[in-house]
Amino acid sequence: MTIEPRALETRAETELTEAWYKERDALPGNEAVAGRRKAAFDAFRQTGLPHRRVEEWKYSDLRNRLKSIAPFAARRDEAGAKSVLAGLDNVYGDVDRHRLVIVDGHFHAGLSDMAALAADGALARPLAEALAEAGEALMDLPAIATKDAAVGLNAIFCADGLELVVPAGVTLSKPVEIVHALGQDAASTAGRVVIRAGEGAEAIVLETFLGGTEGTFSNTLTDIRAADGAKLTVARLQAEAAGTTHVGTAVVTLGAKTAVKVIGAGIGSGFARHQAFVAFTGEHARADLLGITMVRKGQHVDQTLVIDHAVPNCDSRELFKTVVDDGAKGIFQGKIIVRPHAQKTDGQMMTQSLLLSEDAEMALKPELEIFADDVQCAHGATSGEIDEDLLFYLRARGIPEKEARTLLVLAFLAEAVEEIGEEVIVEAFEARIRAWLDQAA
Amino acid sequence: MLEIKNLHARIADDGTEILRGIDLVVKPGEVHAIMGPNGSGKSTLSYILAGKTDYEVTEGDILYNGESLLELSPDERAAAGLFLAFQYPIEIPGVATMTFLKTALNAQRKARGEGELSTPDFMKRVKDKAAKLQITMDMLKRPLNVGFSGGEKKRSEILQMALLEPSLCVLDETDSGLDIDALKVVSDGVNALRSPERAFVVITHYQRLLDHIVPDVVHVLSKGRIVKTGDKDLALELEKNGYADFVDAAA
Repeated sequence: MTIEPRALETRAETELTEAWYKERDALPGNEAVAGRRKAAFDAFRQTGLPHRRVEEWKYSDLRNRLKSIAPFAARRDEAGAKSVLAGLDNVYGDVDRHRLVIVDGHFHAGLSDMAALAADGALARPLAEALAEAGEALMDLPAIATKDAAVGLNAIFCADGLELVVPAGVTLSKPVEIVHALGQDAASTAGRVVIRAGEGAEAIVLETFLGGTEGTFSNTLTDIRAADGAKLTVARLQAEAAGTTHVGTAVVTLGAKTAVKVIGAGIGSGFARHQAFVAFTGEHARADLLGITMVRKGQHVDQTLVIDHAVPNCDSRELFKTVVDDGAKGIFQGKIIVRPHAQKTDGQMMTQSLLLSEDAEMALKPELEIFADDVQCAHGATSGEIDEDLLFYLRARGIPEKEARTLLVLAFLAEAVEEIGEEVIVEAFEARIRAWLDQAA
Repeated sequence: MLEIKNLHARIADDGTEILRGIDLVVKPGEVHAIMGPNGSGKSTLSYILAGKTDYEVTEGDILYNGESLLELSPDERAAAGLFLAFQYPIEIPGVATMTFLKTALNAQRKARGEGELSTPDFMKRVKDKAAKLQITMDMLKRPLNVGFSGGEKKRSEILQMALLEPSLCVLDETDSGLDIDALKVVSDGVNALRSPERAFVVITHYQRLLDHIVPDVVHVLSKGRIVKTGDKDLALELEKNGYADFVDAAA
């Protein structure tokens, strides 16, 4: 008989267990939801926090990172939430949009543009309310996502968040911004957003992740469900404070003839794991995933993708660019699965990284698991430094070194920025990219 | 304007000596041609003038308007009025040609304490100069040199030169890769820039270019030294007899 070796429970794991016993009765949802939470908790008791011997988390050892778990954030009153928001950047400035505000994982309808959103044809409500009514269907996720440890932790502790419904046939006239704001005291959060786009619906969603402090652990999940013919663009900009631990999961379920584009930027946080699970459930759908990651000074930012071509005739495109500067680490893991009957799949994945200093580090792990025989799939991965010949050319034209390097980093990212395709998002992301470059010594 | 004194230089990586004592004086308004066989050090000389760090100056000096260039970075040299037209202009995907031109021009103006050009003023300048070099707006919208033919790249170099208005222009084998028509366009572009205040150092293998850009002085470079200096007829002589005489003389 073999005994599974199990490391001693860490302090953080003990704290999570204690948090469950403390919070479980207060967590929202009907009985079925409570059953889901309990099952997720039992799984957590078996596996603990993910660590380097778990293949999917090999480069991002969350167990090692989380020495201790801050208490889960309670809901702030409206004035408290408002002051958190006031202390953070307004990423989209005066772009005309519907703004929905989540502070420390709790939705604040009073700070959100509810009436204007409703007038535009969409509905938003607190997830706590939705879980009590609609129950466990809201927690259903594609199989590729359910076993993930962070997804499990979110299921256990999710106290609130938001359900956004864009009904069938509705095209929103303005983008919807969902602000995920974190307060200035160290806390843990597990907010969840469910975006349901009905048949033929079209919308642009801008998610921004901001704030927090040393010791903050935010473990968010955004569940994007596109019914047949829906068209969604979701831009996720993570610019949290330097000390946070951020896990942001995007789960995308694509119906037939849908087009979903998910654009992610990982610029902030001390230790960030961005993961996307993309499942095709109907034919002739297309998913585009773009990623821009910029890290420096001890930051650790991970972009992990799993694309499941479970049905025939779907296309997926993944383009991820990472810029790594002094003492930071970037990670890209991308897996494309093509199921045996998913013929005529076209999946193309490219990841490129630019290392700006000697002690910058990048881990790249592209994977293809192809079980069908009539498919087109490819992946590419490159890693390099700034080309000295290009730099010399620019400098020989009078452009000082720092400015020349900035131009070349922008040039490296340009391909991904061009693919964004929505001017509002391009402008906000470019402003962030330039601000990051301007901070360079 | 330019005074090169006993210049010795080697490749920084492996110490291979390339230049072995070059002396050259270029006065304002003059056009000097430097000819020589492959490997004689012509391109190295141009890179050293522009400040490429792949090479190390071991002896001698380069004076530009009386001051040493050696301590200046490539961008400082450019702002001081030095321009190198590259033999192989570099493609930079992701940098729009217009953005590049504007950044370069304004960086130089800033370094010289002049104000930045407004976008309309800048556009007008680019359009005027581009038209003369048969460069279309479509080319200017593309990323720098990406997808340009050999001739287009060379015309793009001359456009940059026209826009930046340097006082010393170093042309490194600008004729390579050009057909007869393109050679004429490029040469006309260069000749239009000739003035009593501006000097040129034209590096080339072939006399052909010098039919279009007529030099005041011709130098033959061999094994890192200038082995012969003459007037434009020297180029014709070289075309007829080859470099063999001079190479042997230097050995």
